[in-house]
Amino acid sequence: MKFTLSWLKEHLDTDADAKTIGARLTAIGLEVESITDPGAVLKDFIVGEVITAEKHPNADKLRLCSVSDGKGTLQIVCGAPNARAGIKVVLARPGTTIPASGDVLKLGTIRGVESRGMMCSARELLLGEDHDGIIELKPGAKVGEPAVAALVDAGLLANDPLFDVSITPNRGDAASVYGIARDLAASGLGTLKTDKVQPVAGKFPSPKKITLDFTPQNKDACPIFAGRLIRGVKNGPAPKWVQDKFKSVGMKSISALVDATNLISQDRGRPLHVFDADKLSGNLHARMAKDHEQVLALDEKTYVLDGETIVIADDSFARGIAGIMGGMDSGSFEDTKNVFIESAWFDPARIARAGRKQAIISDARYRFERGVDPQFVLPGLELCTQYILEWCGGEASDVVIAGALPPPHKPILFDSALVESFGGIRVARERVIGILQDLGFVVEDHGTLHVVPPSWRHDMDGPADLVEEVVRIHGLADVPSVALTRLSAVAMPVLSKAQRRSRTARRALATRGFNEAVTFSFIARDQARLFGGGDEARQLSNPIASDLDALRPSLLPSLLAAAARNAARGFANLQLFEIGAAFDSGMPEAQKTVAAAIRTGNPERHWQKGDETSGLFAVKADLLGSLEAITGGPMSAPITQGAPGWYHPGRSGTIAMGPKVIAQFGELHPKVLAVFDLKSPAAGFEIFLDAIPDTKGKAKPLFAPSPYQAIERDFAFVVDANVAAGDIVKAVKLADRNLIETVTVFDLYEGKGVPQGQKSVAVAVRIQPKDATLTDAEIEGLAQKIVAAALKLGATLRG
Amino acid sequence: MTDIVALQSEILAAVAGAADEAALEALRVAALGKKGSVSALLATMGSLSPDERKVQGPKFNGLKDAVTEAIAARKAALADMALDARLASEKLDVTLPALPQNSGTVHPISQVLEEVVAIFADLGFGVAEGPDVEFDDYNFTKLNIPPDHPARQMQDTFYVAPQADGSSHVLRTHTSPVQVRTMLNTKPPIRIISPGRTYRVDSDATHSPMFHQVEALVVDEAIHLGHLKWTVEQFCKAFFEIDQIELRARPSFFPFTEPSLEWDMRCDRSVPGKITFGSGNDWLELGGSGMVHRKVLENCGIDSSKYQGFAFGFGLDRMAMLKYGMPDIRSFFESDLRWLKHYGFAALDIPTLDGGLSQ
Repeated sequence: MKFTLSWLKEHLDTDADAKTIGARLTAIGLEVESITDPGAVLKDFIVGEVITAEKHPNADKLRLCSVSDGKGTLQIVCGAPNARAGIKVVLARPGTTIPASGDVLKLGTIRGVESRGMMCSARELLLGEDHDGIIELKPGAKVGEPAVAALVDAGLLANDPLFDVSITPNRGDAASVYGIARDLAASGLGTLKTDKVQPVAGKFPSPKKITLDFTPQNKDACPIFAGRLIRGVKNGPAPKWVQDKFKSVGMKSISALVDATNLISQDRGRPLHVFDADKLSGNLHARMAKDHEQVLALDEKTYVLDGETIVIADDSFARGIAGIMGGMDSGSFEDTKNVFIESAWFDPARIARAGRKQAIISDARYRFERGVDPQFVLPGLELCTQYILEWCGGEASDVVIAGALPPPHKPILFDSALVESFGGIRVARERVIGILQDLGFVVEDHGTLHVVPPSWRHDMDGPADLVEEVVRIHGLADVPSVALTRLSAVAMPVLSKAQRRSRTARRALATRGFNEAVTFSFIARDQARLFGGGDEARQLSNPIASDLDALRPSLLPSLLAAAARNAARGFANLQLFEIGAAFDSGMPEAQKTVAAAIRTGNPERHWQKGDETSGLFAVKADLLGSLEAITGGPMSAPITQGAPGWYHPGRSGTIAMGPKVIAQFGELHPKVLAVFDLKSPAAGFEIFLDAIPDTKGKAKPLFAPSPYQAIERDFAFVVDANVAAGDIVKAVKLADRNLIETVTVFDLYEGKGVPQGQKSVAVAVRIQPKDATLTDAEIEGLAQKIVAAALKLGATLRG
Repeated sequence: MTDIVALQSEILAAVAGAADEAALEALRVAALGKKGSVSALLATMGSLSPDERKVQGPKFNGLKDAVTEAIAARKAALADMALDARLASEKLDVTLPALPQNSGTVHPISQVLEEVVAIFADLGFGVAEGPDVEFDDYNFTKLNIPPDHPARQMQDTFYVAPQADGSSHVLRTHTSPVQVRTMLNTKPPIRIISPGRTYRVDSDATHSPMFHQVEALVVDEAIHLGHLKWTVEQFCKAFFEIDQIELRARPSFFPFTEPSLEWDMRCDRSVPGKITFGSGNDWLELGGSGMVHRKVLENCGIDSSKYQGFAFGFGLDRMAMLKYGMPDIRSFFESDLRWLKHYGFAALDIPTLDGGLSQ
């Protein structure tokens, strides 16, 4: 809502200045977005007086002036023909920004003569088109003072601050200058001017009748529809004061007939429509549209309607979408001679639904869907009649009315003590009643208050709404802060296991050198398909961009895309991770929390040879380290070869407990890298945080170290190259679970000395006796059991 | 006996001059070995009279001890010299670079969320979470936003394609559906915050289609607006770690609260690109709040004649931007490594109330 201070004061009798009014508007819930003071950009300009004006020694058309700024005189070169001794001018000194150009004025030398300032034209100050000469202020202007007051005095500047107020959707009543004045008056900032609109007597019966053609279930769509004909009008431009008013708030003046309705809409919050009566066939009817009924609206678009949309029709066609936009064919234009004014009240919910369906944004819809004052249906019609008669001439008919005003709001039973128990502030009962009455509520005191909201408020639905009204007018700032009771002396822990897991995973990965990213939950469908997604159920119906249309099935594509963007900037080597949701379908709760990480790039060149940075075993170490941090102990779940198709088929693995996949890892498939345009190698992993079994808060067993010396024995086995090292380790370990503590692969060899197709796997076995030191014979026996266990996998001791 | 004195000084001089361990060992054998000079002298003890033995015995033993000691001392000295020589040869250029180790970081959003949780945990608030894909009913209808309410236009919603069962869902536009889920599943008293990702069809310099919110919900028997004010004030003071912040509550509208209010914080934006809190003539919007609407409580199975509550919601990204001076929300989600490293937090910079939220 935009309005100027002077417009507001047409309805509000107040001495308050713009700043005070602005602060009050925000304090009562009408948030001021901005107050623009047209004089603000001119604050550095002062009034000057030309003392002498002589011809410039080096130029015929220029004048050399000495100008008083109240303290001294400045030498100024000026090209204006009206620059002459004795006139008062608007003076800019060096350092002042000239509004028209946006340039800061500097000391200048013009044709060899120094110029220490500038005398301004109206155009240079954006105060008009006049650029033939400099502004001449009234002789009384005070030299040296700011020029703003003198410009106002000279009629060049309207000293009229412009307010821009944002109206919340519940406050349809404030979508007019009058409504804003009404709320300010209720808050005590001035008095509302409440002149009644005088009815205009009809000169003849309206030749057009109105009917409400609704089925019983749609009866409330339009309870009242009033109108009248005005014949013999002459449309043209609206009076200048209307045009100026519109200009002051950035509205477009169209024609007298259209401006009359727009003025009432902006000023009084009452949308109206003016039909060209000659283009209507027969009478007017408010009814629901027929399915697929079409209307060519004033925005020159054809809308296809349905049975839930209200229309205003004549005997032949729908002529407008009621409460939203009029029809093109029956609109008022320059040649319009006879008009019919429509003033009606429509059901806000139906207007909102139709407006949303048709995606029409209009001032009428804005107001009707928020609810307009039904009591102003007839005054609005009369006011419009007055304007048209005054501006366009003609003769008004009697008013025709179909239906009746909707009944007044039902009373709300209100216990005024609720203001304190709910609103947190003690307000005396009389003051509560007073505030409500000031706002137009009718209050009856029956012990409990019976409060009837005014006709212009449609957002009052229960006692809490009344508490809000009282608190916002009384002053929200005065509500005292009250501490919540402390639930326990020392705060209790609040995080769930899952939340702690996410936190630990995050810190563990950061500790391992990964940078955390947060990326969008939606990605390109093509990319989603590579990671097992991209199906219809995970598509967005209205994506913000065509490459952000699919709920992501995995976090890896987001990270790979980020890696590619960084690589394009020259950062190919990176470690990135993200913890967030991946989606299994488009159903709520079909999402899992995943910690995913990638390493990309080649090893940095270094004088000491480094390890591979983006290979399988780099990410395996990261994965196991993170899992250990998350679960608080070494990962006992088995690792098996292979992972889903976005990984390298031979260089990927899965960690699972039974059917539950806890994590998968590996180098990424070259085809995937190609799609993301990643040139360097990449490996990554995904930890499914929800799948990790709970480590119940079991107490640790007593610390009981064996008193006997542990011994270490190495075994080198030759085995088929396809046998997994992990299987050998597992088999060896199972040779004697009691004695064998750890089995570690410390060497792997293929080549000379080992038959083709086979490999040598060397393991270190740490044996920890528990009950007694082992004898040589016992150690030998254990070694044989180990060899026998390995043999079951086809592994033989290397000779 | 001059013999002993002479012998001692002769041997000690040789020991002192021994150049290495081998020479020292040879000297030891020559003196203390079975056939050594000292041993030979000791062997003469047997031929002495008891009186002479009393006199000579200690002298002989003194000689032996002195030689033994000198050899040990020289041995140690030689070992030190050898070690010094080895260490000198092992010198490395310490200015050469060590193997690089990337410095990991935590995203500002995660860090700020931990800060927020630390504050609310102290006030007794649990942390509730819910899915990003939500039922329309939870995201809107239960929150008193019927399908054609103009308030739905306040939030441009992402819709997910219809599912196999014909149902159709939304990406949550706020984390309020988590409040709904909490109220449906727990009995008052309730004190929770609900942080998480939220989505709106909006993208420009100040909007991202995905952003983060944290909301708070308190439902109990005698909760009123004053408690809401106190909680917001305490939270802001603790979060921004500034004593003299000035907050302003102004009436507003949300379908799910009544009364509704929005919160602004006093700031100074007179210097372009800079924002200072606690002074100045500007107000910065923090977020919305209000007393939970009676219909919302009833929709979620809570007896509104017995319980009342408040809720508020702030943008987590915005909070992070304000506190840590990050200018553009869009850069939060671009994963520019330079940005992540610049604004990210060290791995072990864990915000706590005892250690301070920010370092």
